[in-house]
Amino acid sequence: MDKNVIPVGPYHPLLEEAEYFTLQVDGETVVDIDLEIGWMHRGHEFISESKTFTQSLYLVERICGICSTSHPLAAVHAMEDVDNIEIPLRARYIRTLVGELERIHSHLLWLGLAGHFIGYDTLWMWAWKYREPVLQMFEIISGNRNHYGMMRVGGVAKDVDPDKIKSLLDIMDEIEKKIQMIAKAANDDPVLKSRLKGVGVLTKKDAVDFCAVGPTARASGVSVDVRKDEPTDAYDLVDFKIIVTENGDVFDKTVVRLLETFESIKICKQCLEKLKTVNGGIRNNVKEISAGEGIGRYEAPRGEVFHYVRTDGTNRPVRHKVRAPSYVNIPTFKASCKGIPVADALITLAAVDPCYCCTERSIKIRDKNNEPYQLDLMKLSREKTEQIRRQMK
Amino acid sequence: MNLELFFYLLIFPGFLFTAILGLTVGWVDRKVSARFQYRVGPPFFQNFNDFFKLLGKETIIVKDGVRSMFVVAPFISFAMLVLVSAIVGTSLFFNISFGGDLIVIMYLLMIFSVMVVLGGSASGNVYSSLGAGREIKLLLADELAFILVLLVPIIKSGYQLDLGNILAAQADGMFVSSASGIIAFIIGLLCIQAKMTLPPFHIPEAETELVEGPFMEYSGPPLGFWKLNHFMMYVVFPFLLVLLFWGGFNFNGIEILWSVLKYLLIVVLMIIIKNTNPRIRIDTALNFFWKYATPLTLIAVVLAVFGY
Repeated sequence: MDKNVIPVGPYHPLLEEAEYFTLQVDGETVVDIDLEIGWMHRGHEFISESKTFTQSLYLVERICGICSTSHPLAAVHAMEDVDNIEIPLRARYIRTLVGELERIHSHLLWLGLAGHFIGYDTLWMWAWKYREPVLQMFEIISGNRNHYGMMRVGGVAKDVDPDKIKSLLDIMDEIEKKIQMIAKAANDDPVLKSRLKGVGVLTKKDAVDFCAVGPTARASGVSVDVRKDEPTDAYDLVDFKIIVTENGDVFDKTVVRLLETFESIKICKQCLEKLKTVNGGIRNNVKEISAGEGIGRYEAPRGEVFHYVRTDGTNRPVRHKVRAPSYVNIPTFKASCKGIPVADALITLAAVDPCYCCTERSIKIRDKNNEPYQLDLMKLSREKTEQIRRQMK
Repeated sequence: MNLELFFYLLIFPGFLFTAILGLTVGWVDRKVSARFQYRVGPPFFQNFNDFFKLLGKETIIVKDGVRSMFVVAPFISFAMLVLVSAIVGTSLFFNISFGGDLIVIMYLLMIFSVMVVLGGSASGNVYSSLGAGREIKLLLADELAFILVLLVPIIKSGYQLDLGNILAAQADGMFVSSASGIIAFIIGLLCIQAKMTLPPFHIPEAETELVEGPFMEYSGPPLGFWKLNHFMMYVVFPFLLVLLFWGGFNFNGIEILWSVLKYLLIVVLMIIIKNTNPRIRIDTALNFFWKYATPLTLIAVVLAVFGY
């Protein structure tokens, strides 16, 4: 039988961002699938090396609009790791609060998008309606709805106003009720269940082999969570549990995200309660960061985000490397998408909650023999800069 | 040929009436769906504006594929819908037979689906051809159930194929009030959902998979007519159901209200089904229609034969 190629992307309603999947299909069944990247490269790592530490926090915040506190948080962890900088207790709670609020809004955003991808626009609109109060909470805490600018080396930028804590807790209660309603509706819907159960299964072995992280791994029975494995900030001071399910299908990924949302609400409430009593400064004054290397990890809504910073004693990083969770999660489609119908493959692609602008660090080019080979974009751009410099002399 | 014929076909209850009512009901659908989803929804004239704007837009015709079929398909299917609406409408409103019975309606509606398939596959686009393939499968899925649904009122009216006679047979009781009638009506509603490719059966169009499927390459007036066809179906199919199961319309005094309610009830049922379901897979749809809907309708047919 003829094999057709369905192009999904570079611009396609399934993807909020530019990405190019090629699905080889036999009728309606996917026989092979490939990914071509290189549509979103923005050179964040390179730009970061020309910024001061504080400026580069604002920069990495803009790597992704959804995890816009996970990247700065991992980056400050990396910078603090160089000199083992301690941060005040109150700042730790505020960091955790902002990080968990982000998880709630990210998971709700995914739930809405997933609803849209399977043609359930009502679920989409409802999930996003109930995401709105979370953004309001961000506005109360930081003044911004999306890019919060809360993280600083040695603490946080803004304090949480003690007068606002009660209203924040009220909003939290309201959100919890609404999400419970959505979770119940999604769990009771037989059509939704038949659509998502057993679809795009990622086995535990595959999840380990592909080094999957975050909800993608936890839905496949791999209990991995930086918040528990290597607690930073206030995660060792609050009570929460890791949600792990066994099946690894799209339905389980939904369940993991929904239950995690409740855990996040629990953490947020504990943090807000603590913020009533814990006093003290919110930021240690860090004058300089000495030469050295540091790594920072944080459990972003999509999984572990990793930042590496090398410093030379000046006020800017010499090297700033970012590894986003989607970088390891996206390739799992090789294991989960083969041999299933197109309709299932597309929701499976979306189920890892891919974030392409976080991920893209390299470009795929084909040489004269039409063989793909990988090139380091950073190297390319440096060579280009050298070339221009030589020309200008 | 006489003037009356043209009046029936082009003005009432044919093209003009169906189009205007369809676009209006399309607005009701969009507005109610929007309220379901906590949105505001479009203003009243939105559908009319869209249609007239599309008429004035450039038509881009694909290079590969069969151009003539690509252009002709939306207009043939439009003609089919106008014919069906004229046949159903004249029986409903004037109680006269417009040269067609249920068999003709069945054929015309099937030609409509075939036109979607031909128009989609003529564009030479991979999404469109996949969408056209899904449309064929969906047609295979719902057609048998739909024909069996139509059989029930035929049997109950004493084996009459003429729409007027089916209406007359319901003078002392709507078919929907009987056991076979209610089963056939519910399955009929689902078949219509599939024929109109509304959720949960919007499998051929599947925006997030196939980017509108068969209609992807369309632009300008042909796209406008596809959209108009879709909205006209909001009139044709509920009218057909009202005629077959709900005893038609009555325009004497307060009965008008009851007639409008019948129509709106069916439309609202369609909107509710549309807004509370995700898109199912094509194999699930086949499974549903062949394993559950068709046998159930067969039971209804048997019940109808025994007079229940």
